[in-house]
Amino acid sequence: MGFLPYAVAAWLFVVGLYGIVTSRNLIHLVVCLAVVQASTYVLLLAVGYRSGGAAPIFADIPTSRKVVDPIVATLTLTDVVVEATVAALLLSLAVQAHRRFGTLDPDELGAMRG
Amino acid sequence: MTRRLRLGVFGIGALGFTALLVWGLAGLPSFGSFDGRYGQLLARVTVPERTATSSIAVTTFDFRGIDTLGEEFILFTAAVGMLVLLRVQRAGEEVAAEPAGARRPTAGSKALRSVATALVGPVLVLGIYIVAHGHLTPGGGFQGGVILMTSFLLVYLAGTHIHLGRGRPIDVMEASEAAGAAGFALIGVGGLVLAGTFLENFLPFGQMGSLISGGVIPLLNVSVGLEVMGALLVILGELLDQRLLIGRHR
Repeated sequence: MGFLPYAVAAWLFVVGLYGIVTSRNLIHLVVCLAVVQASTYVLLLAVGYRSGGAAPIFADIPTSRKVVDPIVATLTLTDVVVEATVAALLLSLAVQAHRRFGTLDPDELGAMRG
Repeated sequence: MTRRLRLGVFGIGALGFTALLVWGLAGLPSFGSFDGRYGQLLARVTVPERTATSSIAVTTFDFRGIDTLGEEFILFTAAVGMLVLLRVQRAGEEVAAEPAGARRPTAGSKALRSVATALVGPVLVLGIYIVAHGHLTPGGGFQGGVILMTSFLLVYLAGTHIHLGRGRPIDVMEASEAAGAAGFALIGVGGLVLAGTFLENFLPFGQMGSLISGGVIPLLNVSVGLEVMGALLVILGELLDQRLLIGRHR
């Protein structure tokens, strides 16, 4: 049980990479990259978990209560923002690629140049 | 490179990478037994020193405020980058603006448009609530900003898409984005002037648990909310415009 969250993170990373390598569509490729990045959320939150700990929000729990690490939650927030920006820029590049080459298949982008 | 060869190369690399990854992960403290002093310290001092209850919001906006300033500017830069990428293309194409009379509904289904119209108000209120209570309960500027963006997207879904040429709503979104980014930086400068350190708190902390507490953290939440809402609307607006442009070429 203790290794399961880490195994999920590793699995998400590798399966996302597989999707990127075998992708036939740039939009699909961006979604696969999002899967890879999701593995980092799982890893960060798993690292900061303390067994029995509550969320570090003291609105309705006493301040003496054992809580999980707030820093990894903050880092995950940063991570999500970065993922959103990367996805946005890659999607606009996909739009440009479609304009220029008339296809979204990464295998055909190079062949149609020149 | 054939697909089969590529899969083979990927397989070898992935096996090696997975082995390294498992080796690295095996060295981590086992799940649930993490004992980072820094995080525990921040969680302990949140309530007595900042009178805010959400340790995550206080860490994001106060203890690690400079990081968040950088994070906010990443989003800002990405939105600007997208505008540059997609607008250069448009300038070369000289697409005639659609006449105002030629408005067409974005969604054909009346049921979808009715539901979208009905949801705009509640979603807007939820977004404002999440932004305003960021320092007390889970949520904050980033999360609330995304919800606020959704309410404006619902307006688009419920109504008609208008390509207004100049004076487009996207200018208002850009203004909101810029105001949010500048607001965060100015609050930081306010700390420099009034309290001696950049992003230092310069407001009274207030009563714990009330809406106005935690010093400058609620203000930072609001500016981040504006920034996130504006940036995402700019990004989505540009992508939607591209879809319409491509559709018109066919």
